[in-house]
Amino acid sequence: MLEYAYYPGCSLEHSASPYDQSIRAVFSALGIGLREIEDWNCCGATMYMSVKKIIGYAISARNLAIAQDMGLEVCAPCSSCYTILRKTNRHIAWEPKERQKINEALAAAGLSYNTIVEVRHPVDILAVDFGVDELKKRVKAPLKGLKVAPYYGCQIVRPHGHIDDIDDPVKMDKLLTAVGAEPVHYPPKVRCCGGMLMTTQEDVALKLNLELLQAAEDNGAHMIATACPLCQMNLEGYQKKINKSFRRDFNLPVVYFSHVLGIALGIRPEAMGLDKLLVPPLKLNAFAEGARV
Amino acid sequence: MKETIMTFPKKEADLRAAFWDQVSSFPDGEKIKLCLQCGTCTGACPVSYAMDITPRQTVALFRAGHIERILRSRTIWLCASCYSCTVRCPVGIKVTDTLYALKRIAMDKKIYPARFPVHTLSRSFTKNVYKYGRNYELGLGLRYFFATDFVKLFSNFGFGLSMIRRGRMGLFPKKLKRVNQIRAIIKKADEFGEA
Repeated sequence: MLEYAYYPGCSLEHSASPYDQSIRAVFSALGIGLREIEDWNCCGATMYMSVKKIIGYAISARNLAIAQDMGLEVCAPCSSCYTILRKTNRHIAWEPKERQKINEALAAAGLSYNTIVEVRHPVDILAVDFGVDELKKRVKAPLKGLKVAPYYGCQIVRPHGHIDDIDDPVKMDKLLTAVGAEPVHYPPKVRCCGGMLMTTQEDVALKLNLELLQAAEDNGAHMIATACPLCQMNLEGYQKKINKSFRRDFNLPVVYFSHVLGIALGIRPEAMGLDKLLVPPLKLNAFAEGARV
Repeated sequence: MKETIMTFPKKEADLRAAFWDQVSSFPDGEKIKLCLQCGTCTGACPVSYAMDITPRQTVALFRAGHIERILRSRTIWLCASCYSCTVRCPVGIKVTDTLYALKRIAMDKKIYPARFPVHTLSRSFTKNVYKYGRNYELGLGLRYFFATDFVKLFSNFGFGLSMIRRGRMGLFPKKLKRVNQIRAIIKKADEFGEA
């Protein structure tokens, strides 16, 4: 049986709780085990890296040290956490002196990190470890005619491009196709949503998100599927502001890719927090009604 | 022939020393020396249009001895960390990581752009982590807007309220059970005295 050490990250506790709920529900429906890393802490995000690098890596490594003792690979759904945890591993493997310093800091908490625990994104886990063909077999309600813009964002494919092509990743496309949905042509699939710029440089971030919404609409998507809490919040939560600033009338649902898979697997929308979205994905929810019949 | 040594004013010389220190402290950091000024980083950057100094120009300014001008620009604080430049650079310079290095120098030396208090967000964030062990979204947002842009606090009120109504914005922070572990790690790591 597949099993992973689960690292939800801070966003999935609150703003991205629908992501957390849907990942847990989908993994459970597919029989993939998730054991939450006990008392996990913030990965440091992009913020700590701007202040003190060694502290950022040391606190990030605390999570990896706990996962190491669980003997499992880590599953990190938040793209930012995913990249930070992977960068921590890379940094530790790069220079023995850095590893030593980080371990000295960890020792202050009675921990040590001596191996390299692999950190994985659920898109990769589902597409590769579980397998697209196996997923196809589990579909209860094929999402025929549902057009989805697959939006990968930055940090799944960059900076290292180890799980997919950096220009044209396809793993999420394959997952969506496996459950009967139609991934539309979406040229900005790896463009940046601005991330934290929505807080610090709103005008810049609004423009980036306008382009992402426009491309989805132009290509006939019923909704955007994301794999990152910040992308989802910017695209959905600031849609009203974008409409106001640029005189548009977008009303485009922005779900997590796991929501699309979950509905096809017969999971109820409320069980995945779909009722918490600001723009209800009516077309997706309609399949849930069909699935019950 | 006698080697010509370029000398910088003391402040610039200190900043250069800090910079070289920083780029030697992450993988491939020293590849910055290979920059051929092609401008691919600037072309790949989704926010370079809004920068006062482009990513390519930061390297040119560094070479010309103007690190302080880079730190006083908005550029390093506009980077959203999307890594487009990093994957595109033809000589493999870690542009994003280099901008992080410059942010750390700016924080350490307290050299910031005028009327552009973006760095306070990072500072607030680290305080949250020390206090709770996790990020506290609502607290972070409130603290940031109070400190920087009071008007934004109101313009984001509707968004905040709709998130709270749907249970997507925690009113209270979630604290680690063993938050003392985090604090001990932070204190110990800080003893290394690195920026």
